[in-house]
Amino acid sequence: MKSPRLLALTAAGTLALSLGLTACGGDDEGGNGGGWNAAVNKVHNPSDKKGGVLRMAISSDIDSTDPGNMYYAWSTNFSRLYSRSLLTYPAKPGPEGGKPAPDLAESLGVPSDNNKTWTFKLKKGLKYEDGSEIKAQHIKYAVARTFDRGVLRNGPSYFSQLLDADGYKGPYKDKNLDNFKGVETPDDYTVVFKLKKPFPEFNELVNFSGQTAPVPPEKDTGERYGLRPFSSGPYKWEGNYQPGKGGTLVRNEYWDPNTDPHRKQLPDKIEVRAGLDAQELDNQLLSGQIHVDLAGSGVQDNARAQILQDEKLKNNADNPPGGFHWYIPINTKVIDNVECRRAIVWATNRDALWRAYGGDVGGELATSIMPPTVVGREKGTDHFTKAEKGYTGDVEQAKAALQRCGKPNGFETTMVYRSDRDKEKAVAEAMQQSLARVGIKLNLQGYPANTYTNDQFGSPSFNKKNNIGLGTYGWLADWPTGYGYLQAITDGDAIVESGNANPSELDDPQINKWWDEVMTIEDPAERAKIYNQIDDRARSEAAILPNVYARSLLYRPETLTNVFFHQGYGMYNYSTLGVTE
Amino acid sequence: MIAFLIRRIIGAVALLVVISMVTFAIFFLLPRLAGTTPDDLASRFAGRAPTPQTVQAIKERFGFDDPVPVQYGRFVKAIVLGDTYDTGTAKIDCPAPCLGYSFRTNTSVTEQLLDRIPVTFSLVIGAAVIWLLVGVSVGVLSALRRGTVFDRAAMVMALAGVSLPIFFTGLLSLTFVVHAWGLLPSVSYHSFTDNPVKWASSLILPWTTLAFLYAAMYARLTRAGMLETMNEDFIRTARAKGLPERTVVTKHALRATLTPLLTVFGLDLGLLLGGAILTEQTFSLKGLGRLALDGVIGSDLPVVLGTVMTAALFIVLANLIVDILYGVIDPRVRHS
Repeated sequence: MKSPRLLALTAAGTLALSLGLTACGGDDEGGNGGGWNAAVNKVHNPSDKKGGVLRMAISSDIDSTDPGNMYYAWSTNFSRLYSRSLLTYPAKPGPEGGKPAPDLAESLGVPSDNNKTWTFKLKKGLKYEDGSEIKAQHIKYAVARTFDRGVLRNGPSYFSQLLDADGYKGPYKDKNLDNFKGVETPDDYTVVFKLKKPFPEFNELVNFSGQTAPVPPEKDTGERYGLRPFSSGPYKWEGNYQPGKGGTLVRNEYWDPNTDPHRKQLPDKIEVRAGLDAQELDNQLLSGQIHVDLAGSGVQDNARAQILQDEKLKNNADNPPGGFHWYIPINTKVIDNVECRRAIVWATNRDALWRAYGGDVGGELATSIMPPTVVGREKGTDHFTKAEKGYTGDVEQAKAALQRCGKPNGFETTMVYRSDRDKEKAVAEAMQQSLARVGIKLNLQGYPANTYTNDQFGSPSFNKKNNIGLGTYGWLADWPTGYGYLQAITDGDAIVESGNANPSELDDPQINKWWDEVMTIEDPAERAKIYNQIDDRARSEAAILPNVYARSLLYRPETLTNVFFHQGYGMYNYSTLGVTE
Repeated sequence: MIAFLIRRIIGAVALLVVISMVTFAIFFLLPRLAGTTPDDLASRFAGRAPTPQTVQAIKERFGFDDPVPVQYGRFVKAIVLGDTYDTGTAKIDCPAPCLGYSFRTNTSVTEQLLDRIPVTFSLVIGAAVIWLLVGVSVGVLSALRRGTVFDRAAMVMALAGVSLPIFFTGLLSLTFVVHAWGLLPSVSYHSFTDNPVKWASSLILPWTTLAFLYAAMYARLTRAGMLETMNEDFIRTARAKGLPERTVVTKHALRATLTPLLTVFGLDLGLLLGGAILTEQTFSLKGLGRLALDGVIGSDLPVVLGTVMTAALFIVLANLIVDILYGVIDPRVRHS
């Protein structure tokens, strides 16, 4: 009986060996890739050379090419090639890249009425791919579309939650846009957002998604708009995007670089291929046949091993912190005694968990819940643990906590993880071994990634029914402030029955009060203080066990120009890339 | 013959109905029995941290709150009478047989199937030609040269072919032939009508990889069949009549051996035409198998149903054709 695992490992080994040989036998003259981490804090290989074909690929499919119907950072990063929004991240390396900047707007939004009204003025002379002018009403329409959650279901729902337009069902059910009171357009170049309550981070909110990318009503095809979005950016779609297969972007001759400091229009064409096998994608990336892995989350384990063992490949790679925090929520309803939760934290072998995520290359040991990329974030106090390499937990403290919890001999609960993610499985196994030392019996249960955050760990009733006390989890900020990172995962009001992003089910009155109050505070520094308090209290309540701030291993073929890691997106910036071929 | 055909077609339709019910039950009913709620299902199609309003809107959009028999009724009605699809801005007619619209891509499942069928057909038919030619030839030669070095070597190769999974041989061939040695371009599908040369050159690797597995099986089957047939009385009679050995082998022995081989070939072809999942996945070919896989991973139930029904249809058709061909190839069947 042959072992599929053994065969897979053999194949992987052969693959690694052969590609290693290929790399070693390559042309040394082109071997200077700029060095390890050369594109983390500066633009690597800067160039204004036009021409060539930029080839991008992704192993899954794009959730949607409709800027109003996408959520992931890479989708928004990619959509900047064919769409512009009111605001966008500057195309700059370092912390500057993470701040909101005007795109279609002349400047950032101007607040009034105690942060309940936000006014944006459009630049004049902006055009779509057919030469027609971009007008304020088209942005109003784009925002109105996001109110139909049955049609545009992938994108964020902030606008429908915050704008003062209760009862509005979207333009597909209510064709009269005048009935949408959440956005006003007093003239063709002014967009005014009317909010139900103060929201001082509205610029950040507008900035992070593509939902203010203008859509002319006559070009809207509803649910199918993603097959052929109407371009306002430097490129336009050549025919339809083909789901699961890909599409091609060609130059938009009506895009004016003088109005747009955030994009370049260097390649003649951009080819996007979806559904390429992940391993084959890495092979083609390393051999330069593909220039960009669209998902931006880094290469797979085999390619990672090759890159780290081969200096030439390593010179073309970057290992930046992507903004993701892999942490472990501890369910406060299933394990309702805080001392029992603290016992878990005390007993955890942090070193083993950190190694499970790949050690130094995989990321840094986390202290706070908010990762370092969040503006105003403080490192925080280690509650009941130590974020140190080699720290294997404190068994005595854990046992003492169990005494206080009233369960000196430990207890039994279940930890879940995504069964198709080896690292998460390794984390769960490390937790099982850690907790067994103090008598806490951890039953491990894996579930498929595609249902995990909705049906299982994202379902409070499922967790309760199956005694699921903890699980593997990860979170990335919507925008890099405490609100953008923490609100969904710590606010009691954010707990929902399916797709719950607060699997700790943390519903702490003090934290909830802070969330209610924080948006009335004008000063960002004062708000940051509150965010840090929330972060601290969530850890003090042992509702979240910090684990690892993830680093991704990104590879840039030598033919790629203007490459830099973008802090806002947590991956390479796509809007300025060029190729030398 | 016509009565036989009508009987088989009615049987095939009944079988397809049963398969549709079973598939629907597996993907719609069983998850509910296992505890998946309509909210869970709806939240899979929302972005992260969906609000209750979003979940409710998606449930309404896809009718997840309806009882499973009602949802099945909608599916059958669309196949028989067609359906109308509301994109939000327009209503699109989906004529019968309408397999619905993808929950993920908002495109017609029928259109997706028609788009993917040429890829799978190109892959499978090309590979089938290779494995039939190579497998049967090697099998015949092995049987005729039983015990020789050729026979032993061929059977060792066949054993390797049968034992090694496609994801392994595919990965190896990609690694060496494409990436290490650069003998062939990366695999990507090109339409035959656009450029036959590109079509063929880009499929050589998937063809040979898939054919390696099946040629091995067919070589072993052919060899065993030939060895058995060559000892039959009618072969001895043919030789006694003074027929040349070539005639004895090709016209008598091989023909008799082909009958059971044809049954297996019909099943194999039907199964693969429904989607050569491993080969398509390994070589990133966007065929029916990959569509089915994406459908399952993405909980895209209309796509899953559409691909399963199509695969079932191909298997049923392939068996029907095999039954008809029996009569052509084997005189015993014709005369009975």
